[in-house]
Amino acid sequence: MEILSVQNLSKLYPKFDLKDVSFSLEQGFIMGFIGSNGAGKTTTLKSMLGMVHKDGGTVSMLGMDFDQHELEIKQHLGFMFGGVDYYAKTKIRSITEVVRRFYREWDDSIYQKYMKRFALDESKRPSELSSGMRIKYSLVLALSHRAKLLLLDEPTSGLDPVARDNLLELFQEFIEDGERSILFSTHITSDLEKCADYITYIENGRIIESRTKDDLLQAYRLVKGTSEQLAPVQARLIANKTHAYGFSGLIKTTDLESADHLEIEAPTLEDIMIYYAKKEGLNE
Amino acid sequence: MEIVISNTSGTPIYQQIFEQISAQIIKGELPSDTSLPPIRTVAKELRISVITVKRAWEELEHAGLIYTMAGKGCFVAPLQPNALDEKRSQLAGEKLAKDMAYYKTLGLSLEEIIAMLKKDYEK
Repeated sequence: MEILSVQNLSKLYPKFDLKDVSFSLEQGFIMGFIGSNGAGKTTTLKSMLGMVHKDGGTVSMLGMDFDQHELEIKQHLGFMFGGVDYYAKTKIRSITEVVRRFYREWDDSIYQKYMKRFALDESKRPSELSSGMRIKYSLVLALSHRAKLLLLDEPTSGLDPVARDNLLELFQEFIEDGERSILFSTHITSDLEKCADYITYIENGRIIESRTKDDLLQAYRLVKGTSEQLAPVQARLIANKTHAYGFSGLIKTTDLESADHLEIEAPTLEDIMIYYAKKEGLNE
Repeated sequence: MEIVISNTSGTPIYQQIFEQISAQIIKGELPSDTSLPPIRTVAKELRISVITVKRAWEELEHAGLIYTMAGKGCFVAPLQPNALDEKRSQLAGEKLAKDMAYYKTLGLSLEEIIAMLKKDYEK
């Protein structure tokens, strides 16, 4: 079953617009949402949740239209936006006491279990916690009301490698039963190369790719060659970089020809992002 | 069941899983009707995507090495000893064909290839 579906979402700003953003996610999988700074990741997430008014398109979660069933959907949703801004000077215990009242399915035993596992102390205040601890605390809140879908904006940024690894392990545990899904945006693509099932890639307010990570990586190749070899292949490249001794470029696997005699490598998600950004002229 | 994954080997991860499990089945380390762990558990344990494990399982099924029982999961297919031998030579043959194509592009002669294989085998 589709747990999340976004169709033709659009949002117009004077100098930026999201146009025809469409993607969907099945139950039981992790989707990574990638794109450069300013590509529209946060705007997409906020438009999906009605935190900014969308100008067009439909969003459905858990099989329900978001606009018509917002409150019901939010009972089963966990979301987190960069920087967890709880009252910095209030004890965690008091914050939890407020949050739990909003959720019908709040389960105190789950809450206690994760607080213990993450070594979170209820008598501390957010101002006394590290950024990793604050992220963990907001995840505990999402898990404790038995959320079926997590929408997370940059949950791993600002965390050290060990904390990120712990978080990814938790994500995989979350989807293990095959019923729950996670969409999270990030620009730390190595995190996604480990655990994501699907990748949705946005650039300049438009979706460039939305498919399984394995298919996405298979669909592109990194090619390298001498300056002379560039001309015959250049029209087929998505973008290329030249240096004093030759060039490197990104090409769709289907556009490769054996007559090219180029060095061919499998790209990383980062390579794909860098060359697309170059094509869009974002780094100039 | 043992699986060791290399992220730098250049062999796709689903292929690595396929090769390792098929070797364990062919050598009899995973006997007929042994149940394989759930795909999602394997993904979590190995820290890889669910879809990658699913792909490996599909390849194993396609090769006739495992079978699926709806609602119960996947099991090692009951293979007779001669069928195992057949699978063994089939899998080795496929791999060899790929390697052979590469040796030919390097311009090695059959004698050179045999000599190298022999040396490597006796190592």
